Amino acid sequence: MTLPVFGRIPLSAVFGTLILAGTLVLFLFGPMLAPYGQEDVLGMPFAEPSAAHPLGLDQNGRDMMSRLLHGARMSVGVSLAAVVISFCIGVPLGFLAALRGGWPDLIGARLVDIVMSIPVLISALVVLQALGSSLPVLIGTIALLDSTRVFRLARILAQGIVVMEYAEVARLRGEGLWWMLRREILPNALPPLMAEFGMRFCFAFLFVAGLSYLGLGVQPPFADWGGMVRDCQQGILYGLYAPLFPAGTIALVTIGVNLVVDWALAGRTTIQGENR
Amino acid sequence: MSHVLQIRDLRVEAPDGTVLLHGVSMDLNPGEVLGLIGESGAGKSTVALASMGYGRGGCRITGGEIRLAGTEMRTAPRQTREALRGTRIAYVAQSAAAAFNPAMRLERQILEVPRVHGLMNEAEARVWMTDLFSALQLPDPEHFGRRFPHQVSGGQLQRAMIAMAMAGKPDILVLDEPTTALDVTTQIEVLRLLRDVIRRYGTAALYITHDLAVIAQIADRLMVLRNGREVETGPTAALLDTPQQDYTRLLVAERHGSLTASQRMHNPGKDELLAIEGVDAFYGRTQVLHDVSLRLNRGETLAVVGESGSGKSTLARLIAGLLPPARGEVRLDGACLPPELSQRDNAQLRRVQLVYQLPDVALNPHQTVGEVIGRPLALFGGLRGRALKDEVARLLDQIGLPACFAARLPGALSGGQKQRVCIARALAAKPDLLICDEVTSALDPLVAEDILRLLLQLQDELGIAYLFITHDLSVVRRLADRVMVMQTGRIIETAGTATLFATPEQAYTRRLLAAVPELRTNWLDEVTAAH
Amino acid sequence: MAWLILQRLGLGVITLVLVSMLVFAGTEILPGDVAAAILGQNATPESLAALRQELGLDSGPVARYLAWASGILHGDLGQSLANRQPVGELLWPRFGNTMALAGYAAVIAVPLAVGLGISSAALRGSFFDRAANVVALATVSLPEYFLGLLLILFVSVQWGLLPSLADTWSGMGLAAWLQATTLPMLVLVLVTVAQIMRMTRTTVLAVMDQPFIETACLKGLPMGRVVLVHAVPNALGPTINVVAFNLTYLIAGVVLVETIFNYNGLGRFMVDAVSKRDVPMVQAAAMVFAAVHVVMNMLADIAAIALNPRLRHPRVKES
Repeated sequence: MTLPVFGRIPLSAVFGTLILAGTLVLFLFGPMLAPYGQEDVLGMPFAEPSAAHPLGLDQNGRDMMSRLLHGARMSVGVSLAAVVISFCIGVPLGFLAALRGGWPDLIGARLVDIVMSIPVLISALVVLQALGSSLPVLIGTIALLDSTRVFRLARILAQGIVVMEYAEVARLRGEGLWWMLRREILPNALPPLMAEFGMRFCFAFLFVAGLSYLGLGVQPPFADWGGMVRDCQQGILYGLYAPLFPAGTIALVTIGVNLVVDWALAGRTTIQGENR
Repeated sequence: MSHVLQIRDLRVEAPDGTVLLHGVSMDLNPGEVLGLIGESGAGKSTVALASMGYGRGGCRITGGEIRLAGTEMRTAPRQTREALRGTRIAYVAQSAAAAFNPAMRLERQILEVPRVHGLMNEAEARVWMTDLFSALQLPDPEHFGRRFPHQVSGGQLQRAMIAMAMAGKPDILVLDEPTTALDVTTQIEVLRLLRDVIRRYGTAALYITHDLAVIAQIADRLMVLRNGREVETGPTAALLDTPQQDYTRLLVAERHGSLTASQRMHNPGKDELLAIEGVDAFYGRTQVLHDVSLRLNRGETLAVVGESGSGKSTLARLIAGLLPPARGEVRLDGACLPPELSQRDNAQLRRVQLVYQLPDVALNPHQTVGEVIGRPLALFGGLRGRALKDEVARLLDQIGLPACFAARLPGALSGGQKQRVCIARALAAKPDLLICDEVTSALDPLVAEDILRLLLQLQDELGIAYLFITHDLSVVRRLADRVMVMQTGRIIETAGTATLFATPEQAYTRRLLAAVPELRTNWLDEVTAAH
Repeated sequence: MAWLILQRLGLGVITLVLVSMLVFAGTEILPGDVAAAILGQNATPESLAALRQELGLDSGPVARYLAWASGILHGDLGQSLANRQPVGELLWPRFGNTMALAGYAAVIAVPLAVGLGISSAALRGSFFDRAANVVALATVSLPEYFLGLLLILFVSVQWGLLPSLADTWSGMGLAAWLQATTLPMLVLVLVTVAQIMRMTRTTVLAVMDQPFIETACLKGLPMGRVVLVHAVPNALGPTINVVAFNLTYLIAGVVLVETIFNYNGLGRFMVDAVSKRDVPMVQAAAMVFAAVHVVMNMLADIAAIALNPRLRHPRVKES
């Protein structure tokens, strides 16, 4: 991916980049910026927004904005960790499978097909049922399930590169595994993998939030955006905006990532949004 | 005489603002065939498509006039342009396989033209289609159209494409390299039928090609284009005999040169370098090589010729170790080469090098020229640092590129330069045998000519043996010591180059030789008469 | 071609068997004592032993899997741990509810999305195309609960048009059912339409870039005919795959929507079972969801095989 000229970035991509930058700041410094603790009860449940509490209080009388800032670390962190792990597992294995071929490749591909033939949410529910919901289980489960998708993409990309004549020349020269992976396959597979990283992050982020919304994701006392929606959902029946703040934040981050990914993918004909 | 097509000062721009045509003008008379000649990027296809009021891939016609059947195509509304396409001017693409809708029967796609334009009723259109099929000598013309595109051969599909273009009884056919993708023997067949059909129905044509010998057989006039500008235009025979411009002279000389035997004094060695004994090979269950044996001496050039599917590229992969033989053996300098790549040692890998047809995919887009050439030097020669840098510079000089190219990525190189880098990469291993797999087929004639000269010069300097795989017999005559003809995985005939061209023994070889177009305007008539 | 379809059917059956193994392994063989997990802090050695025996945990995993699998084949999904009722009796009515809701959404979403996708591909680069894309990108990014809560806030709480809870019961009239389920349906439609539309557009565009479309244009055919007669039939196979893919999402992804609107479907049923760690219920629900997914994808593949002209009309020998 060549670096784009700044003046020609479309408005949507600028917008997306700004949202991403904002998310990064929240992730890194959110808890430090929060005026109150995530567990501090400060007033009446569902108190209206005021100067002291710009977004009002939640169903237990805790400051909404502070909880949003605290929750950023959990919501973004869990999904980011899961996606990083899934790439660390999926990419090397996918490359190796494509490069080596033979029966390990076939078995790997079949296994991944079978795992992928169960909807992700259902697989996750099965595992969480068995192991209970803790942070390591949550991250590990999402990472493993996600790594099947990463494996498949990495394998397809590497298969496409291995049959290119420049890779054949390297094999004819007797190059070892490390050179093939590092110098021939990785640089050429990188741009689509980067775009996939964005898409997978988006998916994992929505997924963690969704699980938390179902009460099966990040557990109290930690604040996280999906769980916050669940907690103050009742407020909506009284015409309160409270649950829309965390839900809207989730939507905004997702839009930001999607805008950037869409821009990076412009001109490619990848079918997006697989495996929701 | 009134012109069927009149183009004045045509300008076309690509979506990024690059000017593709800088004001081209032409006239086409009724029933006349105008050949458009030029290298890739000359703007041949752009002119032809613009004459249909069409810009490929977002190209825009930004200036000039296109008068077709009394209509100004550039400014005409979309409906008018649609009404003229197919009825006044029709298009024949290079690859019929890609140009037909795979999900529709041929007849539906052909009949659609007269039906949608309201030229004939269903029955009349059907009779007309059958007439065309007969004229193009397609098998069983009554029922040929019932087939789907994937059910007929490449040559038949190209003829069906001509029938589809003729279906609307157009005044003008636009023929965009209509025989380039075909095998030589099929090519003259299609060329002859095409010429018969346009003569019979008095259709004018714009014929686009890069092959002067092909166009000489069919065009009344030629127009030479270069970089979006007209170089010169004239009657075919006059332009070929007495070209006025330097560029045309160069093109004609190249084609002439390629048709005559080489004057080179070349004395290959007498020691055997490579020997193949009784080799069979399979792709899956399909046998692709049958009992193939050959010998190649040090410093000798053996050309392997054949049409697509003859197994010539398979032979290259087998020698290189990419496809293990099912039976037989490959020997290098008397020692048996292990069939699998992984069993070959460093020296065996080093001594056999391959150069491919498409330099674009043979170079890793993320490695600089210096890295590409330097890697075999480091791997096989153990060179490091300063010595490595100097050797890369020396190799670049040897293939005729300046040393500063070492820092460039392949994306910044032209096709011919990329192919030179591929050759340098092969030379860096100091090979005894260089396998050249169609190394000039994807290049423009003048660039290909330079690459051939470079290969000849390198052989004189370094004494490397070449296994030269090609479908182009004119190349063979210029650089091969001996020729081996292959068909469907079998060796048909092997002989010294002069002998083979003078007295071919096998009928297939004779057919192959007879199918190579020559630069005389009456060559096709002679060949047709001889049948 | 019949052979290919049979092969695909066989592959589907094998996949289902392997999936059942995975589900079983996921629920029972993962580390951790199921019995202890179920009893939690109330566990006594006696109650643990009793529960283990009841669950059949004292026999080996292979034997337990075979017993479970043969039970499924006979229509016996086991017994709920929470209230001792047969799982089948609890599960099938809810499965019916989920299918009804998903079907309601699909009937509206699929034609709408495919139509929009084809039009925006045909009008590539136009204002319509760009606007449709921006809107689709936005809706794809919005989580179900955000859309759901917005709809509840405005449509039910502020305007009082539709109920905020999707209460349904057997024997209710169609009109009442439609009124109760329209809000969840809308959320599902919004989410899937954008997805199907984007993927359909990509699929059709990939076909529109093929040389035979240029040929059709150069034959002077009107744009509408080029798209409908030449592009769409060739995009049909991939589009069916896209639709099947998203419909399985509809069925599995209703989990969130059912929770938002408290709809009595299989998704919410499964979430409840997971919270209660009711192993047989989770197994059965997961198996049903996975089976629907596998069968839908299989049907889509078979449709694509059946539509492929190369397979429908094999090459004949040259005469």
